[in-house]
Amino acid sequence: MKKLLLAASAAALLAGSWLAPAQAEYLKEHRGGTIRLLARSAAGTLDPHINYTDQGWQMYQPIYDGLVAFRKAEGADGFSIVPDLAEALPTVSNDGKTFTFKLRKGIKFSNGQDLGVKDVVASFQRIFKISGPTSGTFYAGIVGADKCLADTKSCTLEGGVVADEAAGTITLNLTKPDAEILYKLALPHAVILPADTPAEDMGSKPIPSTGPYMISAFDPNKGMTVSRNPNFKQWSEEAQPDGYPDVVQYDFGLSEEAAVTAIQNGEADWMFDALPSDRLGELGSKSMDQLHISPLSAWWYAPLNTRMAPFDNEKARQAVAYAVDRNTLVKLFGGKVLASPVCQVLPPDFPGHEDYCPFTKNPGAKWSAPDVEKAKQLVEQSGTKGQKVTIIVEDTAISRSIGVYLQSVLTNIGYVADVKPISSNLQFTYIQNTNNKVQMSVTQWYKDYPAASDFLNILFSCASYREGSDASINISGFCDKDIDAQMQKALDLGVTDQKAADKLWAAIDKQVTDKAPAVGLFTPKRLDFVSKRIGNFKFNPQFNWIITQSWVQ
Amino acid sequence: MASLAVFLILVLACFSAPLYAKWAGTDPFASTLDAVIQIDGADVPVMEQSTEGLGLGYTPIGPTWRLGNYFLGADSQGRDVMARLLYGGLNSLLISGAATIFTLIVGTMAGLIAGYFGGITDTVLSRLLDVLWAFPIYLLAISLSIVTIAQGIAIGPIEIQSGSLWLPIIIIGIVYIPYVARPIRGQVLALRHSEFVFAAINLGVPGWRILWRDILPNITTTLIVFVPLMMALNMLTESALSFLSIGVQPPAASWGTIIQDGQALLYTRPLVALVPGLAIAVSVMALNVFGDGLRDALDPRSKVRLGRD
Repeated sequence: MKKLLLAASAAALLAGSWLAPAQAEYLKEHRGGTIRLLARSAAGTLDPHINYTDQGWQMYQPIYDGLVAFRKAEGADGFSIVPDLAEALPTVSNDGKTFTFKLRKGIKFSNGQDLGVKDVVASFQRIFKISGPTSGTFYAGIVGADKCLADTKSCTLEGGVVADEAAGTITLNLTKPDAEILYKLALPHAVILPADTPAEDMGSKPIPSTGPYMISAFDPNKGMTVSRNPNFKQWSEEAQPDGYPDVVQYDFGLSEEAAVTAIQNGEADWMFDALPSDRLGELGSKSMDQLHISPLSAWWYAPLNTRMAPFDNEKARQAVAYAVDRNTLVKLFGGKVLASPVCQVLPPDFPGHEDYCPFTKNPGAKWSAPDVEKAKQLVEQSGTKGQKVTIIVEDTAISRSIGVYLQSVLTNIGYVADVKPISSNLQFTYIQNTNNKVQMSVTQWYKDYPAASDFLNILFSCASYREGSDASINISGFCDKDIDAQMQKALDLGVTDQKAADKLWAAIDKQVTDKAPAVGLFTPKRLDFVSKRIGNFKFNPQFNWIITQSWVQ
Repeated sequence: MASLAVFLILVLACFSAPLYAKWAGTDPFASTLDAVIQIDGADVPVMEQSTEGLGLGYTPIGPTWRLGNYFLGADSQGRDVMARLLYGGLNSLLISGAATIFTLIVGTMAGLIAGYFGGITDTVLSRLLDVLWAFPIYLLAISLSIVTIAQGIAIGPIEIQSGSLWLPIIIIGIVYIPYVARPIRGQVLALRHSEFVFAAINLGVPGWRILWRDILPNITTTLIVFVPLMMALNMLTESALSFLSIGVQPPAASWGTIIQDGQALLYTRPLVALVPGLAIAVSVMALNVFGDGLRDALDPRSKVRLGRD
């Protein structure tokens, strides 16, 4: 593993020292102009250490940098980790527990300050000082993190993040090996900010950045202006390439219908929100050239509460899994072009994914048709027939229609079901809190990074279940000690042999699917609608459309 | 009378909802995305997939204009909009009617007691009504609905399940109590000082008996006038709450929920939202015109007006 990392580091150094001819040519030809983006609302706080939204993470890509980054590329390449503010991928020692990074020289923040190792140390401390949303999960393995989590204000991460000013290195010490640490370091929650950034949520105040762009204006009710960082000089095309537009103007407040019309009229270039379902047919036929369909590593699913009747009975859960017609759900989502039926947890083309579907007419690799008779038999056998089930869904057109469909399915197999739509702002936390006694719900999970554990371990491990908490992401309350032990084994195995670990994750995926703590509904695809003038559209599997790698002139 | 006739026709149509659904052979509450119907001998899918270009999205069938066979087309779940419109009207009428009765009973009692007994009783009741009055009606109704929508209400032995029609009935009933109680209190205050009430008091007639036998009959006209006007207001409130997903819960229908369903189809199937909107407008207008006529006929000198002016 160490040798591989060194080789990758050398290649990265070579690649980063000069502009690839194609990019240089294109930059000459297409540099300039303003890309206009639209969203119904802002993505919340501007603070990259706190913001945990797709919308925010996508926008941070050309603005902030971590020690490492996901390659700004399309397809599977976009999942690979490349050195960013670090000169090379880290050298690994101490049995995979110590990672040493050498910081690049000559990089400046957008406010003119030089980037130094002190900024790196302060940024890691800040993740804990501001109680970042992933400080207790992704970064809890750093030495000293336990103390920081207990007492955030006096966090030093002593022995965990060690800087050597003279050598320009940062050493990251972990309490135990973590095969996914580089992925975690490439997320916006671990970007490097100036050391003097206040240890509080910066809200609407932009923080100086190292990337080719900086946030120059922000009003959460109106919009955000992202302009060029005057201090940026490209150091790595694959980690942080220079962008084409001079300005990215992100406006908030327009409805989805109005946004579509604005893009059709050339008044805007792209919209973040999903396209309205009643415009799909028209756009799919008249504006094909402006549509981009891209796969997502995501899962629409219906968690079943394994700690409450009737779904504390495995047969009752399996009955629902057998009865649901995934084709109908795909229809509700917009058709086969926009979604694919699934039975299992891990999405297609994801590490650890092996096609598997036990809950279908002809059990095997793929889902074919619902088996309603089998479902009815299982309901009879479970002795849960006639019980009341309430399905909690988000108050959006698609979630509501999925909820209504599932209500029909449950009624058909013998339950007395009803649906409750709850405001989208509340539903996700509501269904997690055990005090609300939610029996069944409809929700989605989008990967944080490309690892099987990000689905299986997070959604179905015993540790992810917290009674009475709004942050109990194991919504099903599923806890199987044997499966838990296997997940731990797979995590440990990933440090030395990722392929073997992925094999084990595939087996775990099958076991979790068999126990049916949730009904897999479908895997969605991303549909981007852009204006006619957008060129060079590139979709990164980690952070979606790479906005500043498209041109408008 | 024409307005009453229009309203009665709507009521009759809505109460025929189960018969219509049975005759049409349709279940207005179940998803029927794969259904195929026959039009002029040809099989037509209820949900039509786009066949042009990328083939994105499904569009529900539009109006067939054939009674019993998707007359107004289908919604995004493939359900017959006409059947849902009738069931929706039934729920809207039931909720607004029951809420009107609730408001009138509680509001009248509050107005009678406050106006007749006066003193501390009047002060306490009037301040309570002022507190209710101080909240914007829709804000109060929305807040109460959000609080109760998921878990229902459980106060002592009284338990109302979430999803029950009693929830919107009680919430709408509560928020409009001051609209009835305050004018009634005013009238009772005036009646309290009339000679026949003094006479009854001096004869030793108990207070409750005076209220029941002497005062209540004198405010009956006002109460009758209130019925259609309150019902119109309640119908609008119910539609608003259901449109916001905090009134009638799916898969049940009300005109508000059908408009909400139709919102996602405005571009391709605008009738799904327009028809229930039209039904609400016609019903409310009929009730208001009838209410005004009733007031003019029964109580031409009355200054009772709904609203805060």
